[in-house]
Amino acid sequence: MMAVINRPIPGTTLFDGEQAQRGYALNRMCFSFNDQRNRRAFLQDEDGYCAHYGLDRAQRDAVKRRDFLGMIELGGNIYYLAKLAGIFGLNVQDIGAQQTGLSVEAFKARLKRAGE
Amino acid sequence: MARIVGSIMTSHVPAIGGAIARGLQEEADWKPFFDGYEPVHRWLEEARPDIAVVFYNDHGLNFFLDKMPTFAIGAAPSYRNADEGWELRPAEPFPGEPDLSWHLIDSLVADEFDITSCQEMLVDHAFTIPMALLWPGRAHRPVKVVPIAINTVQFPLPTAARCFKLGQSVGRAIEAYPQDAKVLVIGTGGLSHQLDGARAGFINRRFDQLCLEKLVHEPFALTRYTNREIVELAGSQGIEILMWIAARAALTHRVRRVHSHYHVPVSNTAAGLLLLENRTAA
Repeated sequence: MMAVINRPIPGTTLFDGEQAQRGYALNRMCFSFNDQRNRRAFLQDEDGYCAHYGLDRAQRDAVKRRDFLGMIELGGNIYYLAKLAGIFGLNVQDIGAQQTGLSVEAFKARLKRAGE
Repeated sequence: MARIVGSIMTSHVPAIGGAIARGLQEEADWKPFFDGYEPVHRWLEEARPDIAVVFYNDHGLNFFLDKMPTFAIGAAPSYRNADEGWELRPAEPFPGEPDLSWHLIDSLVADEFDITSCQEMLVDHAFTIPMALLWPGRAHRPVKVVPIAINTVQFPLPTAARCFKLGQSVGRAIEAYPQDAKVLVIGTGGLSHQLDGARAGFINRRFDQLCLEKLVHEPFALTRYTNREIVELAGSQGIEILMWIAARAALTHRVRRVHSHYHVPVSNTAAGLLLLENRTAA
């Protein structure tokens, strides 16, 4: 019974204590983006801003690549990452398409089919 | 004495706020969704609640991972919305009802819920969008509010069974509130959706329909699911059904389903709406 309860869910990362520790700096940076001045500061000097919040090399690379699957693996939480995505002009459908390897149109079409 | 008139459970997708801001309610993509709220507006005109107690989940506007309460209750004279990072104009502040807040805090702690009380609390889209859907076109809603935030950000999350008990305790406390007031209980979030990971875009119509059905007369059935099972069945953010479960539990056993609506998709989400009237003696 335990094996069933604890088996991993495909394509899904539960944001637990381990992830929350791994991603603390990254999420803390994203939390700062609630403030427009911080969003501007990030755009002016992305590397400097990431360094100020203490992101590690892997996290800084993932941010540089706009790689959201990578950021989630490295402890990012989607609620905070959505604020970073907004700076790049990406909404949750753009991120969804990126994470599933689909075009945005194909991703949207798949959602529509789910409702039929 | 206060009386719970009913409960409204609704999705709170940020894109709804964008559509309202741009006036897209009559557009083909949006009309079927917004039309679903008309029976709710008519019911609210009749029921005229004075206070709304709102179970919702913060998405990183008020709470961060430095301090993450499992259950947090607003005890403020007023609640502000603010920039969540997307340049949307914040909603007007919502007037609080601190007397009821403290009554709930006292009652819940006496009932062994170790809640966090907040005399300052920013409310995010999970709170403001339901307000805009229920009372459209009004900057100032005709209700005072008490927000109750449930952690759905960082596991471990409270179980469905625990959220059910929280809702029951809130319901008992409201009914024991000595002021004459009509109270609406709101639960926000869901239904199935997943924003993150390779399974992004996951939607489960069958499970959503099951929830919409069970919440009416058999809500306890939903408390047997573990949170891991709910994530598997409803998607990572489909876990927001916890707020619906808490809201439902605040009502009595006997309710009448006034209205339900289901529309897929709104952004990445299966949007759900359920209005239950409480069948207590007036």
